[in-house]
Amino acid sequence: MSEKKKKLLQGNEACVEGAIYAGCKFYAGYPITPSTEIAEGMSVRLPKVGGKFIQMEDEIAGMAATIGGSLAGFKSLTATSGPGFSLKQEALGYACLAEIPCVIVNVMRGGPSTGYPTGPSQSDIMQAKWGTHGDHPAISVTPAYVQEILTETVRAFNLSEKYRTPVVVLYDEIVGHMREPITIPAPGELEVIDRAKPDCKPEEYFPYDDRYLIAPLAPFGSGYRFHVTGLNHKQDGFPTNDSKVIRENNERIMRKIEDNKEDIWKNEEIFLDDAEIAVFAIGSTARSARFAVEKMRAEGIKAGLLRPLTIWPFPDKAVRELSKRVKAIIVPEMNLGQMVLEVERCSKGAEVLGIHRVDGEPINPGQIIEAIKKFK
Amino acid sequence: MSERYEIRFSGSGGQGMILAGIIMAEAAAIYGDKNAVQSQSYGPESRGGASKAEVIISGSPIDYPKATAIDCMLAMTQEACTKYHYDVKEGGILLIDSEEVKNVPQGKFKLLSYPIIGTAREELGKTIVANIISLGMITELTGIVPHEAIEKAVLSRVPAAFLDLNKKALEIGFDRASKLK
Repeated sequence: MSEKKKKLLQGNEACVEGAIYAGCKFYAGYPITPSTEIAEGMSVRLPKVGGKFIQMEDEIAGMAATIGGSLAGFKSLTATSGPGFSLKQEALGYACLAEIPCVIVNVMRGGPSTGYPTGPSQSDIMQAKWGTHGDHPAISVTPAYVQEILTETVRAFNLSEKYRTPVVVLYDEIVGHMREPITIPAPGELEVIDRAKPDCKPEEYFPYDDRYLIAPLAPFGSGYRFHVTGLNHKQDGFPTNDSKVIRENNERIMRKIEDNKEDIWKNEEIFLDDAEIAVFAIGSTARSARFAVEKMRAEGIKAGLLRPLTIWPFPDKAVRELSKRVKAIIVPEMNLGQMVLEVERCSKGAEVLGIHRVDGEPINPGQIIEAIKKFK
Repeated sequence: MSERYEIRFSGSGGQGMILAGIIMAEAAAIYGDKNAVQSQSYGPESRGGASKAEVIISGSPIDYPKATAIDCMLAMTQEACTKYHYDVKEGGILLIDSEEVKNVPQGKFKLLSYPIIGTAREELGKTIVANIISLGMITELTGIVPHEAIEKAVLSRVPAAFLDLNKKALEIGFDRASKLK
């Protein structure tokens, strides 16, 4: 086989490549900076693979149509940024309760409100978990490199299909707009997971079959007729007031994530083996942190980096274990203190220090080095 | 080469500074054997306002994607020059458009000045290729990518009807920079 050709792609373009690789066949959305290149790319690519692209009238409709596309049996994607992510929350919760797989990309820009459209931010980390009301499952992946946006978009689709739940791909404007050389993986090189489909007769099918933790999902229009609602429902999909059924279902949709955290978590560890001071960071901030940590190592300071590629469910086990063997965990993030609260919650022993920035400028390596030196 | 080499292209939105950054990154990483990361910063407007594109080139993997100590910076407008020249490192190059930047910043960098936009207008009849002239100049001044690599990168990014125009722009850039050095 000939050597694969490198391409210089933008993060958002790599997201499109990942979605197409994963078998996405439907995109519905509303363009918003700094995610627009995803909509643009999907509108070009989807028709060529037998898919459909729809620009909807607004962000809410974009999310609702994405859910509809998935119910029809097609892997579906939408992309947005802060203001649009806010508008999508109601339908996102619907997809959590109705257990409809789909992928939402949120390219984070400065907020709140319209904020700073072209400026980077990481201030939607908590929104990715708690944006929609009620106890609900949340999975978010957090790529930091252009190549990784491709592979993590594929993983987001896989997790979504496997666990029948929406998955958020969360990255900042810097990573979304930067360009790096990447290679497109050959078919078969990355695992691609498709949702389980029923093998029973249509008349025996229950969309929320209570014999399963995650029931097979039949595509609408395939002869399997079923009801979907945002109300608490029985295994046949129709609403119920039965408190036992409500409890079991509410607990089950959480348990399907909770019991599979080891499968969903993914962390990169840099120089953590003998680290005395650790940095915990995602996205472009993690790239800054890696630069800082390497500089510290060159000076003989034992610094390391824990970089979660899954931020929800929160990597509590990794943080807890790390906190028992380091003096301090530094949490740089482009917000006024979100992940740092989770790190504090999980930390047993280590001192936790946040570095926060909301001026549209990245947290630079110098800021992280300064924090590391406080603990050396 | 394992050290970071940092280039910043700055000007106003619409001058092709981001495209110049993309082409430089492709010359280094696609048509050359180095790593490159290109990033950008711009305002909400599609024309006007200060805009910058940065390219980090290295023989090693690149983590921090933004400039830390700039080896070479281009400033095509006064606003961009005033706003962005601070990060040019001691001994680095600051290339300015001499007709646009009248208030020349002071610093321990090597200041080079040339009427880039004027040359594009007078010799090629199109100011739109000023960014390509500047790519030629930066290639010649820094030697960070070979002439052939930048030429391949430029020609792969421009429409077929404008290949000659862009090739000429690039050659003008090489030539004028060799006389500035």
